[in-house]
Amino acid sequence: MSAVTPLDLLGASILGWMALGLAGLFAPRRAILALIFPAGVAAALLVAGAGLWALGAPAETAVMPLGLPDLPFHLHLDTLSAFFLLLLGAATAGVSIFSIGYFRDMDRATLSLLCLEYHLFLASMALVFLADDAYLFMVAWESMALSSYFLVTTDHKVPEIRRAGFLYLLVAHVGAIAILMCFGVMQGGHGDYTFATMRNAHLTSFWASATFLLALFGFGAKAGILPLHIWLPEAHPAAPSPVSALMSGVMLKTAIYGILRVTFDLLGSPEWWWGTVALTLGLLTALFGVMFAAVQTDMKRLLAYSSIENIGIILVGIGLAVTFHSFHKDALAALALTATLYHALNHAFMKGLLFLGTGSVLHATGERNLAKLGGLIHRMPKLALLVLVGSLAIAGLPPLNGFVSEWLLLQAFLLSPGLPQSYLNMLIPVAAAALVLAAALAGYVMVKFYGIIFLGQPRDEKIAEAHDIGIWERIGLTWLALGCILLGLFPVFVILHIDPVAQLLVGHTLGSSAAQTGWLTLTPIQPERASYSPLVLFLIIAVGIFFTLFAVKKFYHGRLRRGPAWDCGFPEQTARMQDSAEGFGQPIRQIFELFFGIVREVPSPFDKKPHYHGETRDRLWDLVYLPIARLTETLSALVGRLQHGRIHIYLLYSFVTLLALLAFIR
Amino acid sequence: MWLAAALVPVIATDLPLSPAVDVIALVGIFALARVFVSLAAMDIGTSFGTLGARREMLVGFLAEPALLMVFFTASIISQSTSLITIVETLAHKQFVLYPSLAFAAVAFVMVLLAENARIPVDNPSTHLELTMIHEAMILEYSARHLALVEWASALKLLAYTTIGIALFLPWGIAEAGDWGALPLALAALFVKLTAAGAGLALLETISAKMRIFRVPEFMGTAFLLAVLGMLIRFLLGS
Repeated sequence: MSAVTPLDLLGASILGWMALGLAGLFAPRRAILALIFPAGVAAALLVAGAGLWALGAPAETAVMPLGLPDLPFHLHLDTLSAFFLLLLGAATAGVSIFSIGYFRDMDRATLSLLCLEYHLFLASMALVFLADDAYLFMVAWESMALSSYFLVTTDHKVPEIRRAGFLYLLVAHVGAIAILMCFGVMQGGHGDYTFATMRNAHLTSFWASATFLLALFGFGAKAGILPLHIWLPEAHPAAPSPVSALMSGVMLKTAIYGILRVTFDLLGSPEWWWGTVALTLGLLTALFGVMFAAVQTDMKRLLAYSSIENIGIILVGIGLAVTFHSFHKDALAALALTATLYHALNHAFMKGLLFLGTGSVLHATGERNLAKLGGLIHRMPKLALLVLVGSLAIAGLPPLNGFVSEWLLLQAFLLSPGLPQSYLNMLIPVAAAALVLAAALAGYVMVKFYGIIFLGQPRDEKIAEAHDIGIWERIGLTWLALGCILLGLFPVFVILHIDPVAQLLVGHTLGSSAAQTGWLTLTPIQPERASYSPLVLFLIIAVGIFFTLFAVKKFYHGRLRRGPAWDCGFPEQTARMQDSAEGFGQPIRQIFELFFGIVREVPSPFDKKPHYHGETRDRLWDLVYLPIARLTETLSALVGRLQHGRIHIYLLYSFVTLLALLAFIR
Repeated sequence: MWLAAALVPVIATDLPLSPAVDVIALVGIFALARVFVSLAAMDIGTSFGTLGARREMLVGFLAEPALLMVFFTASIISQSTSLITIVETLAHKQFVLYPSLAFAAVAFVMVLLAENARIPVDNPSTHLELTMIHEAMILEYSARHLALVEWASALKLLAYTTIGIALFLPWGIAEAGDWGALPLALAALFVKLTAAGAGLALLETISAKMRIFRVPEFMGTAFLLAVLGMLIRFLLGS
């Protein structure tokens, strides 16, 4: 018997997840919580471990005698798959532990269905990463879409949630059609849909570009790239929080995986303008996402828009990598690609953490609206601390992980002068500026998010009864928060593990130069060019804070008096006088007024019961989606005229069709 | 803020802590400090606290890209984002006037005014509701804590000024290992800081505070100037 390989472990975990899901249908409620979810955590850890192992191991291939006759499933585990499996396993472990506590109040029928869909969702995501032919890929992709649709509509009794789920399903399928066509182009008429054939097929420049655009569209629909982002802010608030965390943290990354797989692996040699397309789309997506995040009043919608922003940043990285790779500057391509993958990993941890955090807030207060929250740091101090880590990380502040990937990406931008295309040389500084603007706005958004939920005074009486998180929630959140901190403090180790992926995709690595000054300091190219040492930074900050505290305590007489707030002598203070979420977003709304569709109803001064209503609408919805919906309705109304319900007319249709076909063939 | 002040090569280019952080990280540290001060302001839960936090973050997110663009211009000239290398290149390697740096310098002064709550953007000595930005956030502090906060803002101003000196007036800074030049460098720094202080006072005297919603235009100008400087560097190579 041969030795165990990473692929065996992964197969075992995937089968384990499926079995767990099925077992959930028959198990009693307590067993689901006490046995099945913990077993799912173990499988997730196994996946993460196998992914880590496979990053250092040679690629493996397997053929499974499943599926249709003569059409077996091909599995392939290379470093790109391994990296994303590591991401899946590590993020899922935290989310699953959290789920044990989060779902404890759910009734059995809902819980067992949820357990089935949840584990099938995980298994299908893992299969997407492992698939080595278009057939298995599409099967896994579709089961992922369907299981997540059912997860989104867990609360299917609420009409808005059903509507959100439908929108998600629609966009997912439009995307899936594009992916299918993309594979259809790539197989080049051979009828063989394995990825190995696609790699060897030589497409003309036109067809390769068509494939790339189809892939960008199809995977973009899943990732939420502009203008296909529309389902994200609807589906995420509708889904239960652990599901939002998985969808945002992991499922969006399957789309990133798809783009990377198709562009670098299957197509091979990219054209330079693909990079520009991806770069521009990424920047637009990032700016759009963060701008809309700043004006949201629902905390989960805010995070959904923030996911759009982060996907935009990842796409910018892909765009840069494609551009550099097409000009054969592979060291730079490796840098951009490393930044991209790093950000994908970071985003899985921090967005998972934040979505779970909002879940706990929702659980404790029953309130998703930022205008009703506030002051939770006094009621839920443990949660507040953990969410603070996530907020700072996603705002891209040193020494946490969000900063490292943004730093790497900016370094890639700065190294770009000297590309042979002069238009690109002009575009890149502006692109860097736009990226920085998006990153700075993310800080604004996170101050709003954290400050309004956790700080200040409670804006509603209900908040006073909020209880802090339980032990399972705390373990899950701590796992993700530790991920954020460690990924931020030890970037050199992480980059050494990303290296095999960069080697596979662009044939160059960052590791040798990144680690040249030891593990403490990250130096992407040379020490003189740029260096960053988060651990030193962190220690200095810690020591600085410690000494300041010490000085204040030591030389202070110790009688700290907390008086009532002065507020410039204004006598009547109520909690309603704090900024609401809408108020905090007001400067952004005013500055970027052009991009928002703002609907506002301001009461007249004589109104006895004044009521204010404000809504910030997505203009793309009105400009793109509603016309398409109207067109579809008109077309279907036209087609509907054919339908009379009289059988002789239908027979006539068949007869005419037959005649036409005969005439066509003759 | 202490940290930031310790990292800027003002006197000598051979500082022990400098490899830990480059200019991008420096901007990140400023942002970190800003975020924490804003969060502390929101924690009080008064109308002025949140108002100050909101306005401070507004100024911050407008100033940050402009500041980074200034640094990028300088770092493209010296092919490095490490402050030491930038300063060494600008001060010692060649003695050339860069037009791109001139644009960057103007943008930097605008950012400095905005970030340090100075007059056209904010007024450090006001307590008038309509005009407060930074002051609104620290309204509720007293005694030693207020002193600490004020000290931190003073340090921030010092850090910004010294960054500006290091980037745009780097002459006189001692090279690595050259202990003999240190006294001269100290004297040069003193003269430069005095001049910068006088310049700041002059600027504050001759300009009036602007409306809060004129600030985006002001910062937009700074941002565009910085981008222009960078484009000039990219296109003309000067």
